[in-house]
Amino acid sequence: MPEQFFWEAVRDALAEEMRRDPAVFVMGEDVAIYGGAYGATRGLYEEFGDERVRDTPISENTIAGAAAGAAMMGMRPVAEIMYADFLTLAMDQLVNTAAKNRYMFGGRTTVPMVLRTEGGTGRGIAAQHSQSTEAWFNHAPGILLVMPATPYDAKGLLKTCIRDDNPILFIEHKMLYGTKGEVPDEEYTIPLGVADVKRAGDDVTIIAYSKVVLDTLEAAEMLAEEGITAEVIDLRTIKPLDMHTIVKSVRKTGRVVCVSEACRTNGVPSEIIARIQEEAFDWLDAPVARVCGEDVPIPMSPPLEAAAVPSPERIAAAAMRLME
Amino acid sequence: MADDKAALLGYLRQMLEIRGFEDKVYELLSRNVIIGASHLSAGQEAVPVGACAALGPDDVITSTHRGHGHCIAKGGRLPEMMAELCGKSTGYSRGRGGSMHIADVAGGNLGATGIVGGNIPVATGAGLAIKMRGEQRVVLCFFGDGACNNGVFHESLNMAGLWTLPVVYIIENNLYGMSVSTKRACAIESMADRATSYNMPGGVVDGQRVLVVREAVRTAVAHARAGKGPTLIEARTYRYYGHSRSDPRKYRTREEEDHYRTERDPITLFKRHLLDEKIASAGEIEAVEKAVADAIEEATKFALDSPYPDESELYDFLYVE
Repeated sequence: MPEQFFWEAVRDALAEEMRRDPAVFVMGEDVAIYGGAYGATRGLYEEFGDERVRDTPISENTIAGAAAGAAMMGMRPVAEIMYADFLTLAMDQLVNTAAKNRYMFGGRTTVPMVLRTEGGTGRGIAAQHSQSTEAWFNHAPGILLVMPATPYDAKGLLKTCIRDDNPILFIEHKMLYGTKGEVPDEEYTIPLGVADVKRAGDDVTIIAYSKVVLDTLEAAEMLAEEGITAEVIDLRTIKPLDMHTIVKSVRKTGRVVCVSEACRTNGVPSEIIARIQEEAFDWLDAPVARVCGEDVPIPMSPPLEAAAVPSPERIAAAAMRLME
Repeated sequence: MADDKAALLGYLRQMLEIRGFEDKVYELLSRNVIIGASHLSAGQEAVPVGACAALGPDDVITSTHRGHGHCIAKGGRLPEMMAELCGKSTGYSRGRGGSMHIADVAGGNLGATGIVGGNIPVATGAGLAIKMRGEQRVVLCFFGDGACNNGVFHESLNMAGLWTLPVVYIIENNLYGMSVSTKRACAIESMADRATSYNMPGGVVDGQRVLVVREAVRTAVAHARAGKGPTLIEARTYRYYGHSRSDPRKYRTREEEDHYRTERDPITLFKRHLLDEKIASAGEIEAVEKAVADAIEEATKFALDSPYPDESELYDFLYVE
């Protein structure tokens, strides 16, 4: 199977859906001539022109709200917010308009929009360009949440999101754009709400999403050297959450580590762990562990930035402790 | 364009429907038949009626927390509106929205928002959709004076001016954002002056005169349909009731209220026009008033007789499956 960079998979998903459906268009800051701050829209402007690949003013709340308005009128906008940190500026229109309109209006409308953004640490760009903000939206009914870890998943999921009739927040980790993976030439999509077992194992289940899936796979290698087989579940979509795959794995291993780069308190793992104790308590052989980001703004200095987020070593160590 | 009598009597009827609806809602609120927040627009009727009179059936509007008038002027049906205010399953939003969140998307009302200014980006995006598809439709975006000081006003009007979107932005300047007068909230006297910043025409109109509003919006709609982009219209108006039910209206004088009710009432002014110009007789006007009173009573009965949604429907419409 041919290999592609993550950014190419995102770009190809957008291009394929734009060719397929004239209602799909891309809007955001620097998405056209520049090709997106992280290059994920490179080439689209050249193919589709400035009507369908639309550079916007620096107006995040209106980018989100205008996407919602265009969606309610039958378009399928894919809006981009340059950094997940900047979602604060778009929060009102995302949460109060995009997420609520269908419910609040008794189902009389749909808001088929995707809002792409990128988050996470790794580039030394400090507190306002590195945060993982997904948990805020996990707490907002009406909007779905997708965070792929591989080029294959990014492409298949983004295509599904563009065709879906719900508002969806699609978060790409900034350190994934330069990663490579197999992506088939032929058309495919991936359903929402289906986790992917990235590595099978019997001793411990490690649940992760987005870039920390790669760290977790490294951790699983370390554990294998110690004779421990870890099952690595990549959630891929946070909302809807695939509890079926999680519970199935918990029943097999009895031990769980939940990993997220976002800060620990009230993070996505908090919810997953609550769900596990509601749905699989009797199958647990140990308390569920979590490996999360620290509860601090992301610092710039490289050793501090690294200390603020999970690493393969920390993930492996957490799993080892469960085996004691 | 010569006015036909039926159209003019139609404006009178819509203004009376709005007034009658708001008065009835106030009564039902006082009796605790309706709970929750209802922001009444009595006194402001000429703005939505005049503005929507300039629209065609395919044009769309976005509305606000003080939105009953917008809905009626766009052709909304009184029974479904009243049922929505009562939280009944027969309401426009099946009881999920209430007074602040009435939408009639099929009828061209993209919905009312409870966030001040929250509908401005939506209208802008709707205008973008229309422009991208090469359609001749226009979006009419209502909001109050308070929304002009919110960030999305600037973001959206800049975007609409930049992209020449077919949107008519109408400020319903009723002089107060809840309790704070525009003089105490806005650095300039006329918000329409801000149109200059966004490269669009702008102006102030007498929002108590339905035909004056219609004329201004007709010009703006023609401008938009010609591909020339948005317009900002500031309609000066007045709300008779307080911001909401619990408002003691300490921020304005009873003399000011009396002045508007006796000298500047949009319905009285329009009736006088119809009589003075011998367009309609007193008897014809009374017949419209009677028909509206009956329609309000029917709508109220429909709402009160309608069932509440069932608890089992709590999660309905959250996501498209």
